[in-house]
Amino acid sequence: MQAFDPKTLAQDPTSVRFEPGPTEDKLILSMGPQHPSTHGVLRILLELDGEYIVRAEPVLGYVHRMHEWMGQEKTYFQFMPNMGRVDYLHAMAWNWAYAGSVERLAGIEVPERAEYIRVAVTELNRISSHLLWWGAYLLDLGAFTPIMYAFDDREFLLDILQAVTGSRLTYSYFTFGGVYNDVPEDFPKRCLDFVKLLRSRLPMYRDLVTDNVILRGRCEGIGEMDVELARRYGATGPVLRGSGAAVDTRRAEPYSVYPRFDFPIPSYPQGDAMARYMVRMDELETSCSIIEQAVSTMPGGPIAAKAPKTLKPPKGEACYAVEGARGKILVHVRSDGGPKPYRVKLRAPGFSNLSVFAELARGTLLADAVSILGSLDLVIPEIDR
Amino acid sequence: MTPDLMSFDHPLTRLVVGLLCVFAFVGLNGLVLVWVERKVAGHVQLRPGPLHVGPYGLLQPIVDAVKLIGKQLAMPAGADKYLYWAAPLLAFAPVTVCFLPLPFDPALAPMRLNTGLVLILAFSGLGVLSLILAGWGSNNKWGLLGAARSVAQSVAYEVPLLLSVMAVALTAGSLDLYEITTQQGAWPWQWYGVKNPLAFFIFLVCAVAETNRAPFDLPEAESELTAGFHTEYSGMGFGLFFLAEYASMIVVSGVAAALFLGGWQGPFLPGILWFLVKVYAILLLMIWMRWTYPRVRFDQLLNLSWKWLTPLALIDLVLVVIVAGFGG
Amino acid sequence: MSVSQLFEEAYTGLKSLVVGLGITGKAFCQPQVTVIYPKQEVDNLSSFRGHVELIGKDDDPSVPRCVACGACVKACPSNCLTIQCPVPVKEGDEGKPVVMGPAPQKGSKTPAVVIVDFSLCSLCGQCARACPVDSLQFSDNPYMVRLDRKEFQIDLLARLRRMAAE
Ligand code: SF4
Ligand code: SF4
Repeated sequence: MQAFDPKTLAQDPTSVRFEPGPTEDKLILSMGPQHPSTHGVLRILLELDGEYIVRAEPVLGYVHRMHEWMGQEKTYFQFMPNMGRVDYLHAMAWNWAYAGSVERLAGIEVPERAEYIRVAVTELNRISSHLLWWGAYLLDLGAFTPIMYAFDDREFLLDILQAVTGSRLTYSYFTFGGVYNDVPEDFPKRCLDFVKLLRSRLPMYRDLVTDNVILRGRCEGIGEMDVELARRYGATGPVLRGSGAAVDTRRAEPYSVYPRFDFPIPSYPQGDAMARYMVRMDELETSCSIIEQAVSTMPGGPIAAKAPKTLKPPKGEACYAVEGARGKILVHVRSDGGPKPYRVKLRAPGFSNLSVFAELARGTLLADAVSILGSLDLVIPEIDR
Repeated sequence: MTPDLMSFDHPLTRLVVGLLCVFAFVGLNGLVLVWVERKVAGHVQLRPGPLHVGPYGLLQPIVDAVKLIGKQLAMPAGADKYLYWAAPLLAFAPVTVCFLPLPFDPALAPMRLNTGLVLILAFSGLGVLSLILAGWGSNNKWGLLGAARSVAQSVAYEVPLLLSVMAVALTAGSLDLYEITTQQGAWPWQWYGVKNPLAFFIFLVCAVAETNRAPFDLPEAESELTAGFHTEYSGMGFGLFFLAEYASMIVVSGVAAALFLGGWQGPFLPGILWFLVKVYAILLLMIWMRWTYPRVRFDQLLNLSWKWLTPLALIDLVLVVIVAGFGG
Repeated sequence: MSVSQLFEEAYTGLKSLVVGLGITGKAFCQPQVTVIYPKQEVDNLSSFRGHVELIGKDDDPSVPRCVACGACVKACPSNCLTIQCPVPVKEGDEGKPVVMGPAPQKGSKTPAVVIVDFSLCSLCGQCARACPVDSLQFSDNPYMVRLDRKEFQIDLLARLRRMAAE
């Protein structure tokens, strides 16, 4: 085995992205791609001075699966299941973004009932994503128990989604013009039961974790980011809302039937990890209230518009943005009139959110970097696509 | 007249027999503790914990130990061979010595030393050396960071630990754990833990930090440093660190029981049982805390020690001196 | 920061720690929620998507509705379906062994071979959506443990016949 030698690294720029620093008493450390708190295969190159981070640079591409290229190689319908795999934690939102953009392109109207079902399942999925984030973040911070409680609750939710979609994680539920199949009879009741359950559990979450003095010490004042910084990097979702800008695609660029629902956009001005944490905890409640409204006012009718078995949208392009659990998801589809898209562009919110990390981590402790990374709620497959 | 070497009264014989018993005790209790830890963790997290090997999964730690023993001992390239293998042994050996002055029962104290407390503190301070060697010797940057953390942590926490122990030793007027135990009574209000709760609290916090247990498990913080100082260890190398951690947990709990909870004394039950009950109560508390709290950050840990525990322990010590001065 | 504030903070901090211990302690006493798999089974398998399977005709459940049009094969994003029919016999080739070819084949209205390679399937449902006669559906067979990759090539016709016989 060859020992680490800064000089060879400098000569071979592909092996390391930044040249070693001018001083010699710095430690260059590769955090990841196999590291417990990079949530998958993210690699972060750190230049450390003691435990202080002088520079941090994320290195991407370890789970690059060429989803965009696959979009060009497959027909419109065939690309649908890929959407569940881009961000496996909030598959519904990606389903929706892609279905929405193709519907826009081909001019397919979505029946009302389908829209309501879409809202309900997407919000359920958002809750499951946030619950998982919550548990995983606390794992990063060294608390092992909360993730088990979160999974306990998440299990009920996955049961509901399984009854609807047949799968528990990588959903492929949307079709162009609606949804794949109708929700079961007891869907509204189960949703309401779950909302009740979650609401009864939230105070426990707060007492166990949010109010915990150790957690507060690990989150408050860590990774502070002002709105300017967040906007400059194109951060969206809870990361942006944690910096005080109450921007939510569901409100800012209303789509589907969201304008009919009444829900607050939680935002916190502090811009630290705690603010991002609080935004997500509040969004659990927001999603609960949207689900309540959606299932209690769900109209009858068809669940999908008549879409042709093989889709050949007219020449042109369309994009559709939805609010995912991690931020603004946008799918841009361009058609040349053939059965396959000419180009599919996926805008992953995690990519922009991660790019802030380099700036936030500078000058912090290694433990803080882990906390910041966790508070950005990254899903690496989504970033790499 | 020095006693015959074969007689049980000879200090050397006592030492050897005592050490053997201690090894057995540590091994056995280590296994039990692993089981307890995993069972408690399981139940806290709404899962059953180990279940399938033996009744209630009781034999699971044995199977794990066999697995660990059977594993290959790997050493990373570029590691310092001697330091690397010395570290796990060095982690384990001093802890066992710490058991010698512990009074388990009026009739069962492996060695009665009039400086028992000092011995324990000295040898538990040695444990950190093994962490440094492990971190340095394994030629791993995470290990190095873990080692650096462990040094700062143990320096910071030995001070309030010492001060809180001093407070009790001053009240009792002795450094012999046997003596200190006998000065307390069988009932809770006669215990130093109740008479001097502040010292007890400080001791507990420091004990958790000394044994590198969550929420103060910074040298091995797996979500930050992968596994800290023992990142590179496999098989029994890791197993010894693991055992040493549990052994030192038992030691600090034993010291806490003897110093603050009246040791073996208690109504009805035999002394050894009372001692074990008290030790396990403290161990359970430590395990319970591990599965509840997030990990503190490094500077917060040091702040807690230097800004809170050390001044409080000093104040406590002064109060004790004043009370002892007036009382005695 | 005044001293009283400092101690108030310490108090609330300590209180939060005790509250946390209380919650985990309560959970410790609660019954566990784990379903211990080989001994117990979860009860929601009916809605789980297993591999795709053929649907039999209403009057004869051992014969699939499938008309061997090949639409599902084309729709599948992962190429996991194989549907074959006998190739129409050319003139002068009579008597030679029958050759199988991918559906659709002229003159064949029922498939001779239907195989799904479950090791490739992503359970997306595009095949079922594409089928003009609703001959495909998801089975409720979630336990797929095999020792060999080849064993995931499931012969759906045989399966249909077996199901009909039961
Ligand atoms: S479910 Fe999807 S992947 Fe599986 S056979 Fe059908 S079309 Fe192919
Ligand atoms: S689409 Fe339906 S009818 Fe056509 S080959 Fe497939 S299963 Fe048979």
